[in-house]
Amino acid sequence: MTAQQFLSRNRIPVVVTAICALLFLVYIVGAPDTFLDSGIYAALMGTIAFSGILAVAATFIVTLGEIDLSFPSIMGLSAYVFAYLFSNEVNFLLCFLAAIAVGVVLGWLNGVIITKVGVPSIVLTIGTMFLWRGLIQVLVQGQAISLYEMDGTVWNSLMVGKIGGYLPAQFVWFVAIAVGLGLIYRKHRFGSHVLFVGDNAASARMVGIDTDMVKIKCFMLMGFMAAIAGLLSLAFNQSFFPSHGDSMLLPTLAAVFIGGTSVFGGKGTIWGTFMGVLIMGSLETGIVSLGLTGFWYQFIAGLTIVASVISYALLLKKVG
Amino acid sequence: MGGGIRLASAAGLATYLPPDTSRAIESKTVTDPLLQLNGIKLAFGRLNVLKGVSFEIFPGEIVALVGDNGAGKSSLIKVITGVHRPTAGEIQFKGQRITLSSVKRSRELGIETVYQERALADQQELWRNVFVGRELTTAAGFLDIKKQKEETRRLLRDYMGFTSEVINVDSEVKGLSGGEKQGVAIARALYFNAELIILDEPTTGLALSEQRKVLNFIRNIRDKGKSAIFIDHNIFHVHDVADRFIILDKGQVAAQFTKAEISRDQLIDMMVELHQKGAIAS
Repeated sequence: MTAQQFLSRNRIPVVVTAICALLFLVYIVGAPDTFLDSGIYAALMGTIAFSGILAVAATFIVTLGEIDLSFPSIMGLSAYVFAYLFSNEVNFLLCFLAAIAVGVVLGWLNGVIITKVGVPSIVLTIGTMFLWRGLIQVLVQGQAISLYEMDGTVWNSLMVGKIGGYLPAQFVWFVAIAVGLGLIYRKHRFGSHVLFVGDNAASARMVGIDTDMVKIKCFMLMGFMAAIAGLLSLAFNQSFFPSHGDSMLLPTLAAVFIGGTSVFGGKGTIWGTFMGVLIMGSLETGIVSLGLTGFWYQFIAGLTIVASVISYALLLKKVG
Repeated sequence: MGGGIRLASAAGLATYLPPDTSRAIESKTVTDPLLQLNGIKLAFGRLNVLKGVSFEIFPGEIVALVGDNGAGKSSLIKVITGVHRPTAGEIQFKGQRITLSSVKRSRELGIETVYQERALADQQELWRNVFVGRELTTAAGFLDIKKQKEETRRLLRDYMGFTSEVINVDSEVKGLSGGEKQGVAIARALYFNAELIILDEPTTGLALSEQRKVLNFIRNIRDKGKSAIFIDHNIFHVHDVADRFIILDKGQVAAQFTKAEISRDQLIDMMVELHQKGAIAS
């Protein structure tokens, strides 16, 4: 493949990579003291991993032409189940598996109601977002759960330790998940089916793809990754708050859309999402380092999102 | 004309209307039929859509299903492709009695449908479209992308006469014209050894040059020794391409003709007459 062919076939990933590189260039030029120091990158890697894991799974959902707004609540409920069991001295592995099971089952429930009952995903997941968050509120009555016993355990270092005293383990998990799911997305039969269901469900059905099952599996994947992100961030914070995961919704979805995954379905890349996560995850730190106040964060984040989605729409119009 | 070795005594135009005329057509077959429908009935509640349809399709022939709106053409196609289960009657394929329980089952047997709108997924590469649902994989479900691309190139060359300069297997399908998309879907069916390809209104809404392409792709099916059933409202296309015509009216076979037995104008007259009768009756 020539460089020209590569560019023409990967316009959107190339553009989002350029935006990301440009952004970091601005950080480095504008705040060299901060961004020429390795410490900031360790800190960034440590914080973006959680929404990064969510965004990779959400890319599958958006590629289907669906949406999931309930993953922050699933993340919270899974984390709650872990925190509750762990603070009652249940074996770590059992706590972990129970939390994962909750995530997968809640994802499955979303998928089944969307496909078999026929409730649109945006409507249903607004409902389940409130439902599971509400359940957490009822169960914990506003109380936080402390998990300081996790400190210093092998599990804790496996999940959120610093490898070589520098590299955050949760970032390694994020990269591993992104690479694994990236391969599935582009090179596995399942990923191909996700692309076809999102692109033209009727044609997917004609070739014998069980479109409902593909969707249900994607929502289960979303639930699974919500649980994983929930557990990693729980280990990171070493305490459970009733709002656990709540702040993840919009930055995660914004990362997917900045990454160029089409809201109409059938098109996207995990690489783009990865870049989107880097952009969304670095903006706040970057803005503050540049000497602006934190009040600018939402404004500039909004500008970035709007500018990137407009440029993709224009790119697609021109080509397509 | 391939295997359409079927001798039917023409039912005259004057006698085609009574419901029992299909029985008046005596047929002697030299080859065994590929598909045989015997007394297929289909009802939705109290609505009888198909009232005992019987006919055969022979290897290497193109058969047009013609009839007015509501005659049962689409329902019949859905029975043959496994979308609807018939209420009564039997289906034989290659001499075996079969039950078509799903689209997937029909496809496995070698009956494949090409719908204009649902032929291919626009934003996916050609090599993905050709193998979707029947992927070539290496280990653990991972795609053998290299092999899929090679085979897609071969398919385009052998079944459509396209060289890689004309269509790149890495390009998205949306760059193809409406006719070419159906051509790829037909080529795909042939590549996967479909014996019977069903085309539902393949030329509707296409530009004239595209219609011509599609008709050529349909002729290609016969050239490869396979059979096709197609529905089209354009009697010119029907008469041009089909070897045989099966006329459906109110859920029954009203008449069958080979191309030699009926001229295009006679066919048109007949369709108009059926339409008028239907209009009066309702």
